[in-house]
Amino acid sequence: MKKLISVTVNEKRYELAVDSNMTLVDMLREELKLTGTKKGCELGECGACTVLMDGKPVSSCLLLAIEADNREIVTIEGLETEKGLHPIQQAFVEKGAIQCGFCTPGMILSAKALLENNPNPDEHEIRKAISGNLCRCTGYQKIVEAIQSVSSDK
Amino acid sequence: MTEYSTINSRAPKIDAPDKSTGKAKFINDLNMENQLYGALLQSPLAHAKILRIDTSRAEALPGVKAVITAADAGNIKYGVSPARYDETLFCIDKVRYIGDEIAAVAAVDLETAEKAASLIDVEYEELPALLSIEDATREGAPLIHDEYPRNICADVHQEFGNVEAALAECDVIRTDTFTSKMQNCAFIEPQGCIADYDHRGYLTLYTSTQVPHYTQRTVAMVLNMPVGKVRVMKPYVGGGFGAKASASAMEMAACLLSKKSGKPVKMNFIREQVFLHSRSRHKFIHTMTTGVKKDGTIVALKHHCTLEGGAYSSFGIATIYYAGSLLGGPYKLQHMKYDAQRIYTNKPACGAQRGHGGVIARAAWEQQLDAIAEELGMDPIELRLKNMMNNGDTSCNELYMSSFGMRECIEAVRNQSGWQKKKDALPRGKGVGMACGFFVSGSGFPIYRSETFHCTASVKLTEDGGVAHLFTASADIGQGSDTTFAMITAEALGIPLHAVKVSSGDTDFGVDLGAYSSRQTLMTGFAVKQAAEDAKRKVIEVIADELRISEKEIDVKNGKIVFKNAGIDISGIRSKYRKEHRGWHSLPKGNQLSFIEAARIAFLERGTIIGQGEYRPRFLGGTYKGAAVGTSPAYGCSAQVVELSVDMETGKITIDRMTDAHDCGFAINKTSVEGQMQGSLLMGVGEALFEEVKFDNKGRILNPNFSEYKIPTALDMPNITPVIVESNEPYGPYGAKEVGEGAIMPTIPAILNALYDATGIRFTELPLTPERVYKAIKQKILETESGNSEK
Ligand code: FES
Ligand code: FES
Repeated sequence: MKKLISVTVNEKRYELAVDSNMTLVDMLREELKLTGTKKGCELGECGACTVLMDGKPVSSCLLLAIEADNREIVTIEGLETEKGLHPIQQAFVEKGAIQCGFCTPGMILSAKALLENNPNPDEHEIRKAISGNLCRCTGYQKIVEAIQSVSSDK
Repeated sequence: MTEYSTINSRAPKIDAPDKSTGKAKFINDLNMENQLYGALLQSPLAHAKILRIDTSRAEALPGVKAVITAADAGNIKYGVSPARYDETLFCIDKVRYIGDEIAAVAAVDLETAEKAASLIDVEYEELPALLSIEDATREGAPLIHDEYPRNICADVHQEFGNVEAALAECDVIRTDTFTSKMQNCAFIEPQGCIADYDHRGYLTLYTSTQVPHYTQRTVAMVLNMPVGKVRVMKPYVGGGFGAKASASAMEMAACLLSKKSGKPVKMNFIREQVFLHSRSRHKFIHTMTTGVKKDGTIVALKHHCTLEGGAYSSFGIATIYYAGSLLGGPYKLQHMKYDAQRIYTNKPACGAQRGHGGVIARAAWEQQLDAIAEELGMDPIELRLKNMMNNGDTSCNELYMSSFGMRECIEAVRNQSGWQKKKDALPRGKGVGMACGFFVSGSGFPIYRSETFHCTASVKLTEDGGVAHLFTASADIGQGSDTTFAMITAEALGIPLHAVKVSSGDTDFGVDLGAYSSRQTLMTGFAVKQAAEDAKRKVIEVIADELRISEKEIDVKNGKIVFKNAGIDISGIRSKYRKEHRGWHSLPKGNQLSFIEAARIAFLERGTIIGQGEYRPRFLGGTYKGAAVGTSPAYGCSAQVVELSVDMETGKITIDRMTDAHDCGFAINKTSVEGQMQGSLLMGVGEALFEEVKFDNKGRILNPNFSEYKIPTALDMPNITPVIVESNEPYGPYGAKEVGEGAIMPTIPAILNALYDATGIRFTELPLTPERVYKAIKQKILETESGNSEK
């Protein structure tokens, strides 16, 4: 059964008819072709599918598309502007926080949510904020360093 | 010291911007017009005869375009090593583990494909499931493969020197047994692929692989096609760590489905299938007897190992040899005996995982050496310094150390960790431990017997002279090889990094054995350097001709042509170049000729300038059986100090600090080298503390997910102090060798040794879960109390 929803993704408004059992991650990837949001487990365990919903990080594989009705979603594609990469993206690039890059979109969005609430997180707060985002490549250290480097009080 | 313009720096990865924005495409991000979706039918039983397969209900389902079974796939055997080809694409007469592939379906959408797969009727006759080494080796146990009596997949016996005689001369002899559990590589991106068989009979397979070349060969062999008609390309790959280092049944099923349906076929594993496919670290049981002299000289090692292999060989024949041969270093050891068996069981096949074969052996031995140091009253670091090999040494199993910064590594971690202050000085519940590591820098031989080059590379200068385009079939799976090779190309050509473009991971670009055995930086890097130098030489030849000077007087630096002697008139070349670019802005100025001008002139003179390079190891020692596994053009080594705390009430371990030094020969990209070290340590921490694939008594995996197969999160990892040691490897490009796998080697034993320091208990079984640690602490308290009351 299809249901009509209205959702804002990366500041653009969409009216979509989606299957009532379609997940948010599939809506983003398949309907909107925003494949920057990854699927690592589809069980809410890896964080690769993290997006921001009304500013909060959520696992988009655990949500139904219809739950995003009237909500505001930000995906990794929504961070770059005409001026270039978002400072968190830039920091990830420069600090070597990206290896395979599969966890990166979710990781960056979790970092963004953290820094918006807490512009000066300490190391433990950073580690806590990204603890739902698994990374098998980096050992997390360079990710933590990247996030630290963009906190307002470095 | 040589001054470099690009390498030995911290250049950001060339693909990082695209990966940071979601632009980078991974396999599941790719789609093709009219693609079908594939699904596998996998065995629900661990061991059973197949009596009958009926696909009619599946075929009748609307939307189904192709259904394939062994009747279509045939009975060609494949695997990783030709010495143990024991798999067929689909099960023929029996299934050997839960997850074994029986059939595949392609349909218009995934739901239909999955539904159809579930409609295939299979009649089984259940056989006893052999779920442990004991079950599989019990007298009268059924055979998992008829060709392998007693379910022994491989049986290895090696002896170097004379162990029994040497042990008789030793002052301290110690025997310990150590057991680990089956692991999962647990990369975050599940495997996926799209196969596209075209009307001319050419097949393109896009897949998340570490090894395009081996996959190409296996697909061609199993589908009975010429290798040249199979092209394997990898998009960005979300980690591999070993499990993506061979062709899978899914990949070949997709190819066959595409051939049969005439449409591209897309397939993906879900997380559970990643666990079923497995091909990750074996369960190992090591028993080691080590003999040393009073002064700490390590004399002999008698080593027995049993590996639980699962249902198929996969990399196992290499694994079993590595588990022995990698103890040949980093210590001088004259006598070593190794006896091992790899046993088939009805579980997913184990294969290679970061530190292939050597990780648990290293953990067991480094812990034992610590215990021996204690018996001798020696500092464990002193024991290791006393025995380590040096540059130019050859091990008893004929491994040659062409460069070896072991001393520097040990000293670095000793100094930077504050070892002297902490050893034996930390309160109960806190501990410090150290260990060393040793690993190959690329396998000396391809996995199939061949004289093949291990890699070829070409650097094509674009006709405008502005870009050097590197083509390599090597695989960047996140470790950053594309960036490394771009940096090598830029350095060797003398041009800036931004002027290098890399196309990689495609069998159409040449031969490259791929990302496994920590080979690419040394081997592919060598070929890339040669290709870039070849292109540079061709440009210089033309310029020398034009200017009527000797080639020896010309070099390229920072994108400019530099002449040995002053007063060379470049105006002829420059005006030739400028004439071609009327109306263009930003033409070269100044009195130096740019490489762009020179390369353009070279193109006008000679046509496309392509530099070529290739690499094949020199003859590497060892003629005994199994010598091919462990020989490498170079060896990396490492040392690590771990500090941890144990909650004595709960048994929970917290890793507080890690100091890790690794001899990578020469760091092409320092950030990448540190990243490999930090990532390796994470895998070691996970394996030491919590990772274990668990099974029920039917052979079902109990924890095929990240909530119950726990890998380290950001909260489980401490900060790591990485120290890069550069020993300048003579056989590596600019002196570079491995870091990707060797760095994991010291982690588990350093944790074990720190845990002993904290608790006074030697743990001989992994993982070190709170439950296991707590029980042991309690046991020890009881023993001490009863000991006290007896007194
Ligand atoms: S894909 Fe959603 S948490 Fe893993
Ligand atoms: S960079 Fe590969 S999973 Fe994080």
